[in-house]
Amino acid sequence: MSTHEHHDHDHDHHDHDHNSPPQPDDKVHSYYQILGTAVKELLIEKGVVAADEVRRMIERRDSITPANGAKVVARAWTDPAFKARLLKDANAAVQEFGIDMPTTHLVAVENTENLHNVVVCTLCSCYPRDLLGLPPSWYKSKAYRARVVSEPRAVLEEFGTSLSDNVEVRVHDSTADMRYLVVPRRPAGTEGMSQDALASIITRDTMIGVAVVEPLQN
Amino acid sequence: MPQRFHEGDFVRVRDDYPIGHIRTPVYIRGKQGVIVKDFGAFGNPETLAYCLPTEKRELYKVRFWQQMVWSSYKGGPRDTVDLDIYEHWLEKAE
Repeated sequence: MSTHEHHDHDHDHHDHDHNSPPQPDDKVHSYYQILGTAVKELLIEKGVVAADEVRRMIERRDSITPANGAKVVARAWTDPAFKARLLKDANAAVQEFGIDMPTTHLVAVENTENLHNVVVCTLCSCYPRDLLGLPPSWYKSKAYRARVVSEPRAVLEEFGTSLSDNVEVRVHDSTADMRYLVVPRRPAGTEGMSQDALASIITRDTMIGVAVVEPLQN
Repeated sequence: MPQRFHEGDFVRVRDDYPIGHIRTPVYIRGKQGVIVKDFGAFGNPETLAYCLPTEKRELYKVRFWQQMVWSSYKGGPRDTVDLDIYEHWLEKAE
């Protein structure tokens, strides 16, 4: 700041400040972000956790992608016995992929010809992070959380997903200990595809339920 | 002692507004739905959130018909919203 306060050189400080591209650490931190940082620093200072443990945990959480969920769904599409296990006890089923969720309870919900599932957490941002990674920013927005529960069809339309009135739209509000994974419908024309190829067409949004898996275009 | 419910039971969510860490959204309070699953017992978030001694509470998946939740709901009569609700927030309904 002090370098910007003397006026003895010739470029325009005002324009300069406003024209520089936004930097990731420009934003003002909220009360709770500051509180979080303060608690983290205290825990490190008191030796409760090490800075490297915190870093490693963040790195691990950041490294999870929706590819985890896609592998699970692709298996469910090709292996009816696995699909039955997934719908009955999703925690046990995803353990077959080495995905261990000791503190959350996963529930898989299947889309059918007559039922379309979509997931929200109206109270915060509960999300099956072990399968889908970090939630997208829109999932955490007040607009999505308030609207998808009260006007799901309008929200789905905005995501480009049009559903017939004959299809039941079922919103899952993750209000407690359960985390929801949508098993989207397998599109026609994918009969001969391998599990890996199928996994490549299953996207994050289809497992949240705001989109459907597109049929393959030839 | 809150009562136990079974799949298919009609329930009403308590129309109550206590202060605290409540995991029952305001929009569903006072609404009527049906039990679709009993998940078993879980720590009560209303005490857990404050690191207080907690007791296990039965957690249910409850299904509500959208037209009964939102008076101006635009969508099919079959559209539903499912919430996970702890036993002490539920009362028997007709």
